[in-house]
Amino acid sequence: MEIRRDIFQAIADPTRRAIIVLIAIHAMTPNALAEHFNTSRQAVSKHIKILTECELVKQEVSGREIYYTLEIDKMKEIDKWIEQFRKIWETRFNQLDIVLSTIKKQKK
Amino acid sequence: MNNLLFDFTVDKPTKMVYITREFDAELSLVWDAFTKAEILDQWIAPKPMVSKTKYQDFKVGGKRFYAMITPEGLERWAIQEYTSITPKTNFKMYNAFADKDENPDLPGSDWDHTFSEQNGITKVSIVIYNESLERLERILDGFTQGMKMSLTNLENLLATLSKK
Repeated sequence: MEIRRDIFQAIADPTRRAIIVLIAIHAMTPNALAEHFNTSRQAVSKHIKILTECELVKQEVSGREIYYTLEIDKMKEIDKWIEQFRKIWETRFNQLDIVLSTIKKQKK
Repeated sequence: MNNLLFDFTVDKPTKMVYITREFDAELSLVWDAFTKAEILDQWIAPKPMVSKTKYQDFKVGGKRFYAMITPEGLERWAIQEYTSITPKTNFKMYNAFADKDENPDLPGSDWDHTFSEQNGITKVSIVIYNESLERLERILDGFTQGMKMSLTNLENLLATLSKK
C-alpha cells in the first residue's frame, strides 16, 4: 500500500524545513543543496523524496541539471489550516467578551 | 471595544501556538473566566458547539473533565490537569483528549496562561505546545465548516517570492 503523505510530514523534520527555506529563495540543484548540509547526499535526497511525495517540491530539468523548486500553492495549505485555528480563537474570545460584559452589568 | 489586541501565531517548527488577547474587564474577572468552569463553559466552545464540565478541581494536580458537544450531540471529552497556579497571574495545565471514562489519549498539549492588567484592560497571553501537529489537526475536526480562510503566517515569505 502506498503511504499517503501530507504537508505536515514535510515540515515535521528540521532538515526538510531547512531545504524548504533554501529552495524557497531560489531553485537549486541536488549538489548545491547538499552543500548546505553536513549529512550525506543520500540523506538529503531522501528528504527531497519525501518533500516530492508531499507535493511540496517539484523537479525541473534544465539542460543536464535537475533543479528543485518549491510548490508555493502547497505551502498555502498550511496557512489555510492555521487560519482556521485563528478563527476558532476569535470566535471564542468574542463569546468571552459578551460573557464578561454580562457579568460586569450584573455586578453593578 | 474594537481596539482590543488579538494576536495569533503558530510557530510550526517548534509546534508552539502563541495567542494574546486583551479584554475590557478587570483582571480578577478575566481570571475567573479562564479558571472557573461555570464561566468557561459559557464561552470556550465555539458556537454551535457547547462545553460541559463534568467536574473541576482548580488546584495544582487537580483536573477539569469536560466535553465539547456538537449540535448533533456528539461528545468530545478532554481532561485538563493543572500543573502550576499563581493566582491572578499565571496557570499552566496539560490538556489531553479522553474517552467518556476519563482515559486520556496521549500525547496532549501544554498550556501556559499569563494575565496582566493595565488601565482596566486585561491582557491574556496563552502559549500552547503540542507534541504533534497531527493532534492540532484533530482539534480542527468539526470546526472547519464555514470558516473564512486567508493567509497569515507565510504572507511575508510569499510576498517576497512573488516579487521575483
